[in-house]
Amino acid sequence: MVMSRESSIVVRRSVTVAASPQRAFDVFTTAIDTWWPRSHHIGGREQFTAVVEPHVGGRWLERGDDGSECDWGRVRVWDPPARVVLTWEIGADWKANPDVVSEVEVRFVAEGDGRTRVELEHRGIEVYGEQAEQMRETFEGPGAWQGILDLFAGGIAAS
Amino acid sequence: MDALGDPTRRAIFERLAGGALAVGELAAELPVTRPAVSQHLRVLKEAGLVTDHQVGTRRYYQLDPAGVGAVRAYFDRFWTQALAAFADAVHATGDE
Repeated sequence: MVMSRESSIVVRRSVTVAASPQRAFDVFTTAIDTWWPRSHHIGGREQFTAVVEPHVGGRWLERGDDGSECDWGRVRVWDPPARVVLTWEIGADWKANPDVVSEVEVRFVAEGDGRTRVELEHRGIEVYGEQAEQMRETFEGPGAWQGILDLFAGGIAAS
Repeated sequence: MDALGDPTRRAIFERLAGGALAVGELAAELPVTRPAVSQHLRVLKEAGLVTDHQVGTRRYYQLDPAGVGAVRAYFDRFWTQALAAFADAVHATGDE
């Protein structure tokens, strides 16, 4: 029996767009605010700008309309137009947490005919296993996680 | 206690990400004894990371669907929606 087992808990999604890899890269990164789901923020401000600073070590953050900033992570690899790797440093309590680091890699693959396949891999999600324990301590119940997830899902559905 | 801080427990946890396994199957793949695997599984279970169920004479362990599996499902859903919005943004502005 051959089974493929992930050494890390991973989510992979892809989409193909009618644009060059460079344009897809630019929209994904420097123009991230044009598409980032508005429901998806961790700061206190409903009005915010999503930002990816265009260099290795740059910040990935939201900037509220009052100027407040909340970091989401960092730029780990900046290799236009082929690839960008961002860290996702957000805890199970949906707050910035530099100790809870997973990784989002996005590759931009030319498909010919002016099209680009954008492949996204969010890996290292097992780091939330440690968070699950913290959640349990905080909320004292096996349903604590589900409640938080329902909250996230509700926010997404409402957008 | 940091349930995933131990390398053996992390290895067990990662194997269970591929599907439910019995203690013997885990022990066969790892350089530890069956009792040691059982002990690690107990810690993972207490931390809410894995659940178990009995099939005949064997007990199978799997990742707790209300734990990390649920987080994974959440990210899966989130990125599906985000990439659709991304594609719309690319197409809305047109190629230059």
